[in-house]
Amino acid sequence: MSNPTTTIQWMPACRVDDVPSNGGVCVKLEEEQIALYHFTRRGEWYATQNECPHRKQMALSRGLLGSQADEPKITCPFHKKSFSLRTGECLNGDECSLRTYPVKVEEAMVYIGLE
Amino acid sequence: MKVVIIGNGMVGFKCCEKLLHYLGDQVELIVFGEESRPAYDRVHLSDYFSHFNAEELELAPISWYQEKGITLHLGDPVVLINREEKNLVSHSGKETVYDFLVLATGSSAFVPPIPGTEKPGVFIYRTIEDLELIRDWSKKARSAAVLGGGLLGLEAGKALLDLGITNTHIIEFAPRLMPRQIDAAGSEMLSSHLEKLGLTIHTSKQTAAIEGEDQISGLRFQDDSRLQVDMLVISAGIKPRDELARLAGLELGHRGGILVNDLLQTSDPSIFAIGECALHNGMIYGLVAPGYDMADILASQLAGNNRHFTGFDMSTKLKLIGVDVASFGDPMLEGPDTRIIRVADSINGVYKRINLSADGKKLLGGVLVGDASSYNQLVQVCKGFMPLPEKPEELILGSKTGGSAAAGIAALAEDAIICSCEGISKKSIIDAVNQGNESFDSIKKCTGAGSGCGGCTPMVKDILQAELKAKGKLGKVVVCEHFGYSRQELFDIIKIKKLQSYDEVLDTAGKGDGCEICKPLVVSLLASIWNDMILKKGNDTAQDSNDRFLANIQKGGTYSVVPRIPGGEITPDKLLVIGSVAKKYGLYTKITGGQRIDLFGAHLDDLPFIWEELIEAGFESGHAYGKALRTVKSCVGSTWCRFGLHDSVSFAIRIEERYRGIRAPHKIKSAVSGCIRECAEAQSKDFGLIATEKGWNLFVAGNGGSKPQHAVLLASDIDEATCIKYIDRFLMFYIKTADPLTRTATWLNKLEGGLAYLKEVILEDSLGIADELEAEMQGLVDNYQCEWKEAINNPEIRKRFQHFVNAPGEKDPTVQFDPMRSQKRAMEWK
Repeated sequence: MSNPTTTIQWMPACRVDDVPSNGGVCVKLEEEQIALYHFTRRGEWYATQNECPHRKQMALSRGLLGSQADEPKITCPFHKKSFSLRTGECLNGDECSLRTYPVKVEEAMVYIGLE
Repeated sequence: MKVVIIGNGMVGFKCCEKLLHYLGDQVELIVFGEESRPAYDRVHLSDYFSHFNAEELELAPISWYQEKGITLHLGDPVVLINREEKNLVSHSGKETVYDFLVLATGSSAFVPPIPGTEKPGVFIYRTIEDLELIRDWSKKARSAAVLGGGLLGLEAGKALLDLGITNTHIIEFAPRLMPRQIDAAGSEMLSSHLEKLGLTIHTSKQTAAIEGEDQISGLRFQDDSRLQVDMLVISAGIKPRDELARLAGLELGHRGGILVNDLLQTSDPSIFAIGECALHNGMIYGLVAPGYDMADILASQLAGNNRHFTGFDMSTKLKLIGVDVASFGDPMLEGPDTRIIRVADSINGVYKRINLSADGKKLLGGVLVGDASSYNQLVQVCKGFMPLPEKPEELILGSKTGGSAAAGIAALAEDAIICSCEGISKKSIIDAVNQGNESFDSIKKCTGAGSGCGGCTPMVKDILQAELKAKGKLGKVVVCEHFGYSRQELFDIIKIKKLQSYDEVLDTAGKGDGCEICKPLVVSLLASIWNDMILKKGNDTAQDSNDRFLANIQKGGTYSVVPRIPGGEITPDKLLVIGSVAKKYGLYTKITGGQRIDLFGAHLDDLPFIWEELIEAGFESGHAYGKALRTVKSCVGSTWCRFGLHDSVSFAIRIEERYRGIRAPHKIKSAVSGCIRECAEAQSKDFGLIATEKGWNLFVAGNGGSKPQHAVLLASDIDEATCIKYIDRFLMFYIKTADPLTRTATWLNKLEGGLAYLKEVILEDSLGIADELEAEMQGLVDNYQCEWKEAINNPEIRKRFQHFVNAPGEKDPTVQFDPMRSQKRAMEWK
């Protein structure tokens, strides 16, 4: 649970046009690898951990964006496990899940929020 | 209602799940576990040796128990039960009252009374801690023995081999391995598999003593023979954990086990026992599936339902060190009332046996070793859910007349159990489909079917397919939730409406935002129709991972690089270039099955630089990453070979250069042999050519892979130009009409009219489309360009080849390699 008293620290990630439409990139923030996605089709930005929890591969930024019903998701390129971009929950019924991060865009710069 | 569960193993955990399922928040759950970790998957315990990550085995994290409101006391065994007060005391002194008490205390390893079992170097195989002790000791051990040739003992043997102890022995007291599951002939077949892997098997061997001074040095047997070993793992069976029940004065069996009735009640009606500690009708069930069944029945009963446990079918199928072993019904049935059919194939290591009633009308049981693909069907026949075929031997010999799997599913009764781990019937799966679960994942989530061992997955999928078909939803196979069309229909829509990008296709013919199924499929169609550069803006992020980066993603997130080497012919100079590129970028090199060279372990950032050098030297993309033409393998041919009839190498190069880069529903492989000796194995390819005195024989629709199939002869004694004409037509017809991810062999198997129809279309042009097919293929051939050449020269595409968007050039620090045979390998999955 997020603690209401912690403040979000907004870290600059990259420029908007560094991220391919409907695709992802990997951002290095401090020592963490974060996958940042521009879901252009939905007009939405998302960020999750870059490591797929299934086989611990640093690969989610190279995955495929998509939707299941209306839930936006990212699918890992390794074994096609899908995760909700909103909650990080695994959509294939597995127990593992992703950490998600807030994203904001200001003046063509993308920022990722760390706690 | 306050329920206390003693034991947090697999069955205890399942009991929590089931109580919550039936009773929700009407139940207050308190769990005591002896081990310090929450319940883990003991069935896959040996997997621990491949990752040493205990969390990977956990059934649920501790947070799950908190979320569900379960009070979990770990590392705190219950020491006393006061039945009159209905309360209990734990080791740390916690006192708890209960309305109902569930004993799920499981079992411990049975250690036979042999002198010396206390010596250092002697282990049991039961918990994660045991495995850790074994691992530590194994570092200094060169030889090992396992006492017990049952299921768990063989698993332990495999684990020791995996730990690097190549001199590992299995000691079994009975005259055969797995004496409860398989017969003598099956055991022999299994032994020959295991010995090939390096295990030494000793049967009918009774251990008399464990020898050694400070630690184990060897075993002495009853026949006075000896075996020197550095360690011993005992896996000789299980012993129910009934000591707490004994202390509480509950009734036990003569040889241990807590007595329960059909309600799973012990001699105290408020106390129940389930799993391996319970003795029901004289049986201790040492498998997880019956334990799960007990958990379900108990929870359902506490919720007020009238359910009974009346025994459990012990049919099992497992993969032991890569060898299928299965038994069902009464596997060892003998005698005048039994007719036995046996098949033994010592070349392929397959043994099958079925036991029939004297009148040959009932299947009573059987054994399968080496190939258990017919297991599901046999179990259903054995349980009477499916009729016995007129010729029962077809069950193990395979049918001469054919007959589809779908027909098998249709013949299943509704109450047939499909998933025996979770006890899910065919009817439950059909109900789930009717509630709108129209994918395997969604059925798995809804019913739990397929979430255990996974062996029932193909049957669940077949039932789903059959149900959807019955509802008229599968008159055609639609792509996914975003497109209500088949692949063939989408092909026509894209072509007629001249659609160019994934989004255009989605806007015109689909809905939603796409997914990992339709995105690669649509962009593959776009490539098959227009042959544009596949990383054109808008289509790049819809490509599957390998196509997106024009390389094959491998373990650890690095890529492998395969330059095209047409026909397998390469100059010494080009070989030198591959060598120097591999050295410069630190790549592992291997010759592939398709006569080319694969370079592994390339960082994403290095790919464009590697290709710059390869292209400079005259190489081009080999499309090893694409659903496209891979290689055209060739034999030496008439230019050197004394048997060769024609120049197979030149023809192979010509064909490879013609069809390179063309995208198809699946990968395409080809080969050209210069004579009937068929050294290039052309009959195992999607299309293949074999030289004859008069020209070439053209074979189509073969493949290797998981289901090998020989190619069939399409045309004989034709010249090169005619070969190309027919191959153009064949490939284009396949590309236009096949389902996604379907090789040519499967496509032809499903094609109505089969080979005769294909011959009419390709050779006689019965549909009047031959000219169109040839023109379309020529269009693709004329439009060919090397994707890598475009990728390194186009800055928009090239800039995607970096790991960190905000630190260009910096490599992924998590990528790591281990050394192996003077080269390197990817780190094992964590």
